[in-house]
Amino acid sequence: MTANGCEAEAAALDRTWAEPPGLHGWIATIDHHRIGRRFIVTAFVFFVLAGLIAAAMRLQLAWAENDLIGPDLYNQLFSMHGTAMMFLFAVPVMEAMGIYLVPILVGARAIAFPRLNAFSYWMLLFGGIMLFTAFLFDTAPEAGWFSYPPLASSEFSAGKRQDVWSQLITFSEMSALLGAINIIVTAFKLRTPGMSLGKTPLFVWALVITSFMILFAMPTVMLGTGFLLTDRLVSTRFFDPSHGGDALLWQHLFWFFGHPEVYIIFLPALGMISQILPAFCRRRIFGYFGLLLAMGVTGVLSFGLWVHHMFATGLPPIGMSFFTAASFLIAIPTGLQIFCWIATISGSGEVRFASPMLYVTAFFFIFIIGGLSGLMLGSMALDQQLHDSYFVVAHLHYVLIGGAVFPLFGAFHYWFPKMTGRLLSEALARWSFWLFFIGFNVAFFPMHMLGLQGMTRRVYTYGADAGWQVLNQVSTAGALLIAMAVLLFICNVWRSLRHGHQAGSNPWAASTLEWFTPSPPPPYSFVRQRVVASRDPLWDAEAPGEVTGLPVDVRSTLVTHLVDARPDHVELLVSPSVAPFLTALAVSAMFIGTIYSPWAVVWGGVFVAAALVYWFWPSRKETEQHVSHEMKPWDDLKKARS
Amino acid sequence: MYLHDALAPAGSDAKSLALLWWVFLTISLVVYATVITALVLAIRRARRRRLPAGSPVQLTDRDAPAGKVVAAALGLTTLILLGMLTTELVVGRAVLDESQPEGDAVSIRVTAQQFWWKLEYEDGPPGQRLVTANELFVPVGRPVELRLQSSDVIHSFWLPALAGKRDLIPGNENTLRFSVLRPGDYEGQCAEFCGYQHANMRLILTAMDGPAFEAWKTAQLAEAGAPATEELQRGQWVFERSSCALCHAVRGTAARGTVGPDLTHFGSRRRIAATPLRNTPATLARWIVDPQRLKPGSRMPATALAPDDLRALVAWLGSLQ
Repeated sequence: MTANGCEAEAAALDRTWAEPPGLHGWIATIDHHRIGRRFIVTAFVFFVLAGLIAAAMRLQLAWAENDLIGPDLYNQLFSMHGTAMMFLFAVPVMEAMGIYLVPILVGARAIAFPRLNAFSYWMLLFGGIMLFTAFLFDTAPEAGWFSYPPLASSEFSAGKRQDVWSQLITFSEMSALLGAINIIVTAFKLRTPGMSLGKTPLFVWALVITSFMILFAMPTVMLGTGFLLTDRLVSTRFFDPSHGGDALLWQHLFWFFGHPEVYIIFLPALGMISQILPAFCRRRIFGYFGLLLAMGVTGVLSFGLWVHHMFATGLPPIGMSFFTAASFLIAIPTGLQIFCWIATISGSGEVRFASPMLYVTAFFFIFIIGGLSGLMLGSMALDQQLHDSYFVVAHLHYVLIGGAVFPLFGAFHYWFPKMTGRLLSEALARWSFWLFFIGFNVAFFPMHMLGLQGMTRRVYTYGADAGWQVLNQVSTAGALLIAMAVLLFICNVWRSLRHGHQAGSNPWAASTLEWFTPSPPPPYSFVRQRVVASRDPLWDAEAPGEVTGLPVDVRSTLVTHLVDARPDHVELLVSPSVAPFLTALAVSAMFIGTIYSPWAVVWGGVFVAAALVYWFWPSRKETEQHVSHEMKPWDDLKKARS
Repeated sequence: MYLHDALAPAGSDAKSLALLWWVFLTISLVVYATVITALVLAIRRARRRRLPAGSPVQLTDRDAPAGKVVAAALGLTTLILLGMLTTELVVGRAVLDESQPEGDAVSIRVTAQQFWWKLEYEDGPPGQRLVTANELFVPVGRPVELRLQSSDVIHSFWLPALAGKRDLIPGNENTLRFSVLRPGDYEGQCAEFCGYQHANMRLILTAMDGPAFEAWKTAQLAEAGAPATEELQRGQWVFERSSCALCHAVRGTAARGTVGPDLTHFGSRRRIAATPLRNTPATLARWIVDPQRLKPGSRMPATALAPDDLRALVAWLGSLQ
């Protein structure tokens, strides 16, 4: 397209969207490609760290009555593993994929709020650094990723470990909430002309539904951790039954967030599958509206399941049976999606088993086991036996690794050429896939049996007479295979960044707009936004047109109507700034300060206010530029009359 | 040999739940096999068609029947789920309904604390209530009613071979009822993460026939007798005068502490401190001198004793049958 005589436009856009050079530019960047990539890499580093922690736990459990790791460290390790995987890897990496891909998939030049986007990245980074620094100084959380009071109260967990946990939640939830807002607005208002709601790619829809779930789920956990922090810091008594509080209140607040959280991780993965499958089957997805409806229903239903994490707390059986019914009900939309994908494959003319497709196929084999064991756990009767046993550990990893991490790795392999401009080595990718697939099943399948044999979760050791050692050793061996698979994947990325084949703009011959831009895309993604007429624009015989007339001398993107994506107006965008970075520093100082003193809210507030004033201080040059681009219909009319 | 397998049930609740498990597992295996077969067939079908490379991609749904197949599969899924739900609700009501007390139940109050179980038999007259720890004895065939409470954090009571688990929540009493079907020794442990020694908060339950249970109970109600030898006298003297008596009670002596487990019949216990450690004189001596070594994070402080005093104390505790 750039050959169509718009080199001049492209050159002007390159100048307009150029980032400042050097370290300043690295900090000030608001380019959603750069931030998205950075976000993904950061979340992946947390994944590797939390995975190494898991490997340490597996080594401790490989022998009965092993004394490699003591109870104090072990409790910190499993708390860190869960906390980092959920709050620093799973949710952020899914949002990060959205931050990178949603604007390109909808054909926009930028994300809706570029500076907010940068701020949300820095918050996650600083929160993660705080958590792992605390770990190095022996103040890592010790009451699990669920942090039930009274165990997490100051009476039973003295020191600052649980305060660090509470504030990490605040960091990561703040980042997630802002990311969610950004994704929703981008997907709703910045879609390129012609991309009506019914033509929006399913991955975008998945991220939109996920983002709405984040908006409704995350505030409850922030409320909960806020209560916990004030209980610990200024002796409020929200969760203390001896002073009129209620220990179960926490569990309701936590799981009202905690169950949707699982689907917040899972839905984007479903969206990824719906993007990858058509590309490798070379046919349009079967049942677009069915898949869309299924994701929406899953999102809504996921808010009605939380009590199935509390079936052993002695709640009335009549009440619990509603949550059992809801847990079973959610299998229907999930089933519908699986059937639609199988129908997509069945009706196609070929299936190419390149690495992304391998991961998607593995999803079926693993996730369905996790879904079925989920029905067992959703049954209030069976859960009396299975709850808090190793069976749950097996189930949650089948669902989260099989259901989310395998599609995510598929997505890494699928979009790596777009993000870097180079292809991954297919041979290495296959080795790492098979190691991962086999290692995963070897590691987690035996845990089902351990749970049924009475092994409980979160134990740092078990007796030699229990007869659990062999299965635990098998599981540890599987964990080491997974570690090798991930290492191989990292080597592949490292090697391919330098020596990989050039990818070209559309290496998989896929159908959606991100494959229309060069790889990697320029900061503005599209020289001219492409108008679309179908859900698979790149498979259309010819493009219906392109957007012309957008200013090239100022950062801008086209805003369209919500439902039918009719052009509405041109949005002039902000320029790079270090303000998001500085504000994130100020907010971080305030959050970390509140671990030690409630007064941090006061003095921290001063720093935050100062940073925000700097953030929103108008620049003369930018204002003049924006005024010069303003439409002045009244003036024009007067001019025409005179 | 302690039994702790949920699928080798020896309790009324665990038996219903194991049956429900097999029903669910069978349905799951059939569903899994069906879906995976459909996937494999779909892939084979697509590959057999082998469209020539470069042929136009398929944009329309050429498979008219596919929609019907998906709809049928969805309907079948719903029916299977309804069947599973009905089965589960029937079993769930039977297992979870604790509202009907049974007349001749053995009633035991279980108080969980970091990191051991206090057990109080409540079915006798007030003077006849015995207090013990970590090792439950119940008669086979009679309903057992456990009143579950916690004095610190949340714990969960779980004997996999006998019944499902139930949480012990501070400020909130729960009830668990089941009966044991076969005599034997059963093991379980705290199932809700409760801190440092969550892993060593174990519990054993011995089920015996009615007369043997009554005999056990009579024996346990007895107070500690006067020490027979000089060494045992010295042992009791050490217990009463050292820090032991501040936390532990031995009925029939001056030791009346209530913080730690009642030790009136400590010699008859098989294990030490809710861990898998066997109750032998050597282990007991190690435990008294340095409990943090055997169970780091335990609430029991170390007690420094002269070797002779320690030997006498261990001998006396062992004599408390």
